[in-house]
Amino acid sequence: MSFLDSFWQQRLELLLSTGRAAGADLVEVFLERGDRLGVMAEQERVTSVSPAFVSGAGVRVFRGKDHGYRDGFVSTNDLSEAGLLQALDQALGMLGLERNGAAAAADFQGLPELKDYGTSKQGWLDQSPGVSVIAERLLEGTARLEQHAQHLQARRGSYSRDWQEVMVAASDGTFARDLRLHQTLGLSVLAADGEHRASVARRFGSTDHPDDLLVWDADSTARDIAASTGTMLYADYVDAGTYPVVLANKFGGVIFHEACGHLLETTQLERGTSPFAGRIGEPIAHEAVTAIDEGLSNRHFGSIAMDDEGLEPQRTTLIENGVLKAFLSDRAGEWRTGQPRTGSGRRQSYAFSAASRMRNTFIAAGPHSPAELIGSIDNGLYCKVMGGGSVGPTGQFNFSVEEGYLIENGELGKPVKGATLIGDAETVMPRISMCANDLDLAAGFCGSVSGSVYVTVGQPHVKVDSITVGGR
Amino acid sequence: MLNSDLLHDQLSALAQNHGLSRWDMGASCSTDLSVQVDRGKAHQLKGAQRSAVTVRVWNSDGRVGITSCSDLSADGLAQALSGAAEASAFGDLQDPPDLSPRSTESLEPLKREPQATRPIQEMVQTLISAEQRLLDCHPSIGTVPYNGLSQRRGERVYLNSLGARRHEERSSASLYLYARAEEAGRKPRSAGAVRLGHGTDELDVQGCIDEAAELTISHLDYAPIDTGTYTCVFSPEAFLDLMGAFSNLFNARSVLDGLSLSKRESLGESVAVPFFSLWDDARHPANLGASAFDGEGTPTARLPLIEGGVLRQFLHSEGTARQFGVASTGHAGMGAKVSVSPDWFEIGATPGAGCGDASLNRFQADGVVWIDSLSALHAGVKASQGAFSLPFDGWLVKGGERRSIEAATVAGDIRQVLKSLLAFEGEAQVTPDGLCPHVWVEGLAITGEA
Repeated sequence: MSFLDSFWQQRLELLLSTGRAAGADLVEVFLERGDRLGVMAEQERVTSVSPAFVSGAGVRVFRGKDHGYRDGFVSTNDLSEAGLLQALDQALGMLGLERNGAAAAADFQGLPELKDYGTSKQGWLDQSPGVSVIAERLLEGTARLEQHAQHLQARRGSYSRDWQEVMVAASDGTFARDLRLHQTLGLSVLAADGEHRASVARRFGSTDHPDDLLVWDADSTARDIAASTGTMLYADYVDAGTYPVVLANKFGGVIFHEACGHLLETTQLERGTSPFAGRIGEPIAHEAVTAIDEGLSNRHFGSIAMDDEGLEPQRTTLIENGVLKAFLSDRAGEWRTGQPRTGSGRRQSYAFSAASRMRNTFIAAGPHSPAELIGSIDNGLYCKVMGGGSVGPTGQFNFSVEEGYLIENGELGKPVKGATLIGDAETVMPRISMCANDLDLAAGFCGSVSGSVYVTVGQPHVKVDSITVGGR
Repeated sequence: MLNSDLLHDQLSALAQNHGLSRWDMGASCSTDLSVQVDRGKAHQLKGAQRSAVTVRVWNSDGRVGITSCSDLSADGLAQALSGAAEASAFGDLQDPPDLSPRSTESLEPLKREPQATRPIQEMVQTLISAEQRLLDCHPSIGTVPYNGLSQRRGERVYLNSLGARRHEERSSASLYLYARAEEAGRKPRSAGAVRLGHGTDELDVQGCIDEAAELTISHLDYAPIDTGTYTCVFSPEAFLDLMGAFSNLFNARSVLDGLSLSKRESLGESVAVPFFSLWDDARHPANLGASAFDGEGTPTARLPLIEGGVLRQFLHSEGTARQFGVASTGHAGMGAKVSVSPDWFEIGATPGAGCGDASLNRFQADGVVWIDSLSALHAGVKASQGAFSLPFDGWLVKGGERRSIEAATVAGDIRQVLKSLLAFEGEAQVTPDGLCPHVWVEGLAITGEA
């Protein structure tokens, strides 16, 4: 059942008109209703089922060039007319504006017809699996782990569902609604044998397809985890040093996401913290690198029918053959930096104002086979599974390597653990010298100024000629 | 305002209608204001009115169900209770939580009064002034790209069918200034500082400016460090971050789940050098997040976790305490499966055991790495394995002179770290996460770019 229906149009028009009449150059309202579910299974039993319902609004008021491109944002759980007007008053007050009685803005003609991206998705919540089905699948996963892996101390399966109904209205005529469904399902283990310990996890992410949980292959996920656990349980710590590395495809793309992607968001340009500001048309990476961010691909975790400012997403070529082509921009980014909006205005929820954020971000496939990359290295590191990472305010980044192997004379050698890759984007991007032909993407979460959003990272196998590897 | 009596009556009536006699509820509401500035102008101004409620019920089989909701109205409560009743069909019968028997104990209120909030335009002016003063500290400081001044006022309640009616109010404010500096031909460097208080008036703005400037300037002259094994001295913040990342050492829930570095029988074992002691103190006056009760209504208290290097106690919820045959310690969250977490660490010397090597002085050291702050703990800490490999900001101290390290990681094992402590240096300092002196550790692996 739709909650954000045409009933809201009149109330939203009142807010937008009132805000404009008070002197705001633009007023935007983001409404959200969410239905979330978390389920956890440990060993042979379900230990937690946690439903949550949220609803709220984010009201944002802008003043334009003549007032220094300022904005005020207020979020509230009170969706009554009085509650929303109170939020608007507070946002106006932040910019030194005051509501002008019941006056309406002369140049605000009301909202156009709703652009509804959610019509065909109305049944998604009901079609997504119930707790019984979820529990059955999680327990199947933990049972498969017991079957395939050894020395297990703990086995876990976890599921989360995030169903979101959103509506965006702005005084520039934006009026759109969408329904979104994200599901994740993961298995993890902790194995221990004496002093040896290893923890391994895999997570499957699905967007917009309620029945995707049913196609998840518990057995192959458990076998994959078991194989990694068996390898990493007795792995030695990597020797620290500077090496050539090969990063595996799929989640290996986190290196581009962290090291470069964030620096191509206009939020970084606004702060003056991107080394790539003003460099469109210049080479910033090796000519082997073409990188894309898009929100269009079917089933990918970062895909969106509209961004959180009501704009349809695009396919944005960020880097082409090493040359910087574009930045990712949202409404405020366009105002403040002049970079055109790319449908990248995203936020975790109503509690955050939108900011330019990545969607599905990947390095494009190259001409080589993965074996050619590994074969080109005498002494290096193969990063098969990457962990998390982060980027600092001067562009320095770090990533942990969950599963690594030495490369010796062009061949994979013994497994190693405890590696951390560190560097900075300007230095490392020109060192990505070879890209393989096996592009693949992986679901993930990205935390930044507008909260945690669903993304995919991706790449083919890539070779970095030299990078610092922290170890022991 | 949260009306405990009204909420209790509403939920009692709803539970009765569902035939439920055992229930509890946590609820909170808050108002927030925050500002960011950019080169003398307000950049982003934010406000929020937040509310949340979580309801747990026990059905006739003793299974627990839980549901959360952002709507504190009667409709929201009804939705939460109904959802919890439905979820209880899937509750775990083997290890279900129960109401905390300590939830109705008398409670000593915390001695603090919520402070008045400041108007947002006043906050903007305070932050613009702070930004400018920081920019004026050194010609190389070009921007303060990350900055913020925020204030919050909120309250929370815990109620249950045993008659518990807990309520508390709190206010807080924070200021952070993160400067970016650059000199010709050299890489940009950055550093920052944070100050917390119960209200904006309590914030040490000048101290925050001075610390951010001093740190940023200290990193302008940098050099790579040779990879190797070093004696390190951790700042209080850095060492508390490290201990916090490995708090599963003390976590009874993690012990029971097999995810801790400790086992049930680890109590009484020597886990650190004898002069090392660690307490958890939710009620410490310097703990701005201090709370008088946990998510199950259990009173909080100061607890010794490691005394004289010996593991003395675990942190408990009602459920873990029951399994260990002890009393809950006031560290529970609220859930179908109840989480356990520490509050605020106090690290210091064991009475009568000295502070380790009293001759160590980081200002006169030679060949020592001074770790000021650790980064990316979410990625570089393997809590269940004890291992860490973390980027850090800091200095190499040679002949008493310190020079910033360009980019490096520190790696080790927390169990080894606790056994390799050389000394506490200086007085314990208050930080947002706890109280701790500078801590000397020998034999840590440093990877640099030299």
